Formats: sequence, C-alpha cells, structure tokens
Amino acid sequence: MDNEALKASLLPLNANLTFEEGGEWVNVFVPYNELKPLLKTLQGEPDLYFNYLFCLTCVDWKTHLTMVYHLTSLKWQHNLVVKAVLNRENPQIETVCDIWKTAEFLEREVYELFGVEFLHHPDLRRLILTDDFKGWPLRKDFEDPVNMIKL
Amino acid sequence: MHQVLSSTPEGIFTINVGPQHPATHGVLHLVITLNGETILKIEPHLGYIHRSIEKMCESLTYRQFIYVTSRMDYLSAHINNHACALCVEKGLQVEVPMRAQYIRVIMDELTRLASHELWWGAMAMDVGAFTPFFYAFRERETINEIMEETCGARLTMNYMVPGGVMADIHPQFQQKVKQFIAGYKNKIAEYNELVTGNVIFQNRMKGVGYLSTEDAISYGCSGPVARASGVACDVRKRYPYDVYAQVQFDEIIETAGDSFARYLVRIREMEQSVRIIEQLIDNIPEGDYQAKTKAVLKLPKGEFYQRVETARGELGVYIVSEGGTTPYRIKFRSPGFSNLSALNEMAKGGKIGDLVATMGTLDLVIPDIDR
Repeated sequence: MDNEALKASLLPLNANLTFEEGGEWVNVFVPYNELKPLLKTLQGEPDLYFNYLFCLTCVDWKTHLTMVYHLTSLKWQHNLVVKAVLNRENPQIETVCDIWKTAEFLEREVYELFGVEFLHHPDLRRLILTDDFKGWPLRKDFEDPVNMIKL
Repeated sequence: MHQVLSSTPEGIFTINVGPQHPATHGVLHLVITLNGETILKIEPHLGYIHRSIEKMCESLTYRQFIYVTSRMDYLSAHINNHACALCVEKGLQVEVPMRAQYIRVIMDELTRLASHELWWGAMAMDVGAFTPFFYAFRERETINEIMEETCGARLTMNYMVPGGVMADIHPQFQQKVKQFIAGYKNKIAEYNELVTGNVIFQNRMKGVGYLSTEDAISYGCSGPVARASGVACDVRKRYPYDVYAQVQFDEIIETAGDSFARYLVRIREMEQSVRIIEQLIDNIPEGDYQAKTKAVLKLPKGEFYQRVETARGELGVYIVSEGGTTPYRIKFRSPGFSNLSALNEMAKGGKIGDLVATMGTLDLVIPDIDR
C-alpha cells in the first residue's frame, strides 16, 4: 500500500486522527488514551497487518513528550509512524507489549530515560541505569553536574 | 551485592552469569532461575557499558556524531557510519557519487566478513573447539590490514562521511582485496570441513535455542537470527541503499529456527558477501569520492529514518531535526537489543549447558545493546 492508500484506510479506524505532512512515511497522531485500540487494529487487520514494531521511542519537546511507534508490515512492505502526545508532569500510556513482545524491553528503556509510566506493563523496572538513579536523563532539562560535559 | 547462588526449599536456584563471563563476550549480566539443570527464566541486566551515546549526539554536529557510532557495534563500525551518513544525506538530499557508493558497499561487505569471522571463531571456542579461533583470526587479520591501509584504523574506521567517503581508496586496494577474495573462497570450504560437518558440533547445535517465526517477528528480531527462523528481513533486499539494488546476491533463509540454522545462515552469508565484492571490485567507476557539501551541515526541520543491514541485523538511525547544526533527538535502533530480548524465549525449558550455544549463535555485541 502506498502512503495515500494507507492514509485512506486509516481514516475510518479512529475519528480523532491527525496527520503530519512532510515525512518519508505516513505520520499519524492519536490521542494517548486511544492509542492501544488503534495499534491493536493495525496489527490485526489483514490488509494493514503491521506485525513488526521496529522502533519505539520518545521525544522531549520541553512542553510535552511525544511517544513514537515505528511500524512495518513484513507481508505488505509498508511503513507507518504512530505518535501520541503526553504531558510532562505525569506521563502515562498503556503498554503495547502484549501486541509486540519486543515492546517490553523498549518500554523499560523509555521509562528510565524519559519517565513515561506504561500502564499494565508486566515488569516496569530500570533496564540500563542503576536501580537508585535519580532523574530522567534524556529529558532536555536533565542536569548532572558530575558526569555531563557541556560543549 | 548480588549473591552468586541462592536457592529455595523446592530446589529452585538463582544464579548469576556475568557481568564478567567468558561466554557473554562483554559485560552482560544474566540472572538465571534454574530447576536443577533446566532453565526456568533468564533476566538480562544491562548497562555495564552504557555511555549515553544518544545524549552525547545531541550536542555534537552532523559531522561529529558519526564518529561516536563506531563505538556502538564495534565489529560493524563501517556499517554504523554508513547508516548515519545515509541518514544525514537523506536530510540534505545529497546525491552521492557512484565511486563512493561502490567503495562504501565493498567496505560494508568486508566488515561483514570480518565480523562473521570473529563470530565463527568465538562461537566455536564457546562450544569447545579452540583451533577455529586461530583460523578465523588469520583471515580477519588480512581484512584488518586492508582497512588499516585504506582508512588508517583497524577497528573504529570512521571512513564514511556525509556525501561519500573521507579519502580515496589506496592505490593497491583493488589488487589486495582481489588477492584476499581469491584465497578466501577455499577458506569457507575449510570451515565447513572443520566445524559445520562435525557430528559432535551438529549434535551440540541442532534443536538448541529454538525460536519460532511468530516469536522472531514479535520480538523484533532481525539479521541472521530472524532469517534462521524463516523471516525474510534483509534490509539490503527489502530497502536497498547505495548500489545494493544493482548487485546480485541471495537472501539466506533457513526455517529450522535453532542454533544450527543460525550458524548456517551466517556461514552462507559469508559466501554471499564474497559474491557482492567480486561483482563490484573490478567495476569501481572513476570520479569523485565525495559530493560537495558545506563545511557546516544543517538539516531541515523534520524527521529522518534510515535503516541498514549490519552484521547483526537491522540498524535504524532516527534523527529529529529542528533545523540547527546538531540533532534535536537521535535514536539508534540497535539489532542486538531486540535479539537479546528473545533470549528468554529461546533458552526457557532448555539445559543451562546449552545456553552457551544459544548465546554464541545470537552473536551479541554488548556496546551495541547498551549504547
């Protein structure tokens, strides 16, 4: 499916979708509380069949956080980027690790680096940093007077 | 501190493998729950070599950040640099000269050969054969010498830059590569005779660390690990970059999903790498080795994603640009990270002695996982 066809088949799935223009792939924003059902449909629908989550990350925009899910279909060879905006004070979103198992590790990584809480995650602990680490290091306002060198 | 061994009255043991352990090939820490010799659960603890490369890249310019990525998957340093260069080029919309594209792909495949060589030697050593390690390093040394002569470094080459390669190839480059390739073909036959056909080795590998096709996809596995489970995921075929679209090579797929299948995929991939180099080495076109770019690179506002096939699988570079000289956010989707997440699934229910064979054929490089 090319980008235009993909866009057309996404529209009936959710009334609150907004598209971002200009990228290589279709970029779609969805309200964070409607993300999980949308992703479930994207993976299950035979015509879309996004069975491979190849990148899951987060971007700190200083006023809000944006979750970014890169999906591809190994069968149809099309790609899609799904995004959800979260507030910075108390970012919470449903886990997707029951849809794609790889999300379990990727979400743990996002949790420790950005402080996003994934609801119903089976084992939300720090993965790379030490257990007693304070702060969310990939946020833009993170300061570490000892280890950080400013250029 | 972690206890080395603890047990419950029912005989369920918890043991630590690593962070310093010869079979983890780096500082990986696995907490394993055992019932007798049977593995119930494996929990990886990461971060012993975490350098926060993604955060560092946010303060480096588009020319500087590429050098840091050689330190991620240090066995595929060229290919990491290639991914970053391609991603920046995508943002700048630079046309790379054909000569540079040929050199890049030849270098990529030489790197893949060197990486698979090291894997082959180390994996054989893990399962008890010491000699293959010397055989593998003999050939790897020749590749390293070619690298040293061309790029000035043996491991962290930093040869690829946005727009092409940093310097032209060495005058004797073509001849040396051809000489190496000519001798190398017999070496693969030698490897097959020495290890692949060995019955003891096959018994050690077959049926060990099984990963189903569904799980390989669900865990986001890529590279030889996924291809051994029947997933067609070679980025060089699916989303060709540079001159990969013009060369003839086969995507190696096995369906058994066990350690031996993963072993076979890598051995046959070496043959395909040789095939790619043979097609390109005599036809490197004349011309510039680098496109003309500005001294200070500025990417337009937007998001850019580039994936390439490293020796371990799909590496993704995701750049979010705000229009400045440094990336606003950068994310590396590392192949080893996703492949490691499937380890629990592969080793569960097996014996602890087989874990070494499973780990060996996963081909993990820890700096790539921790970043």
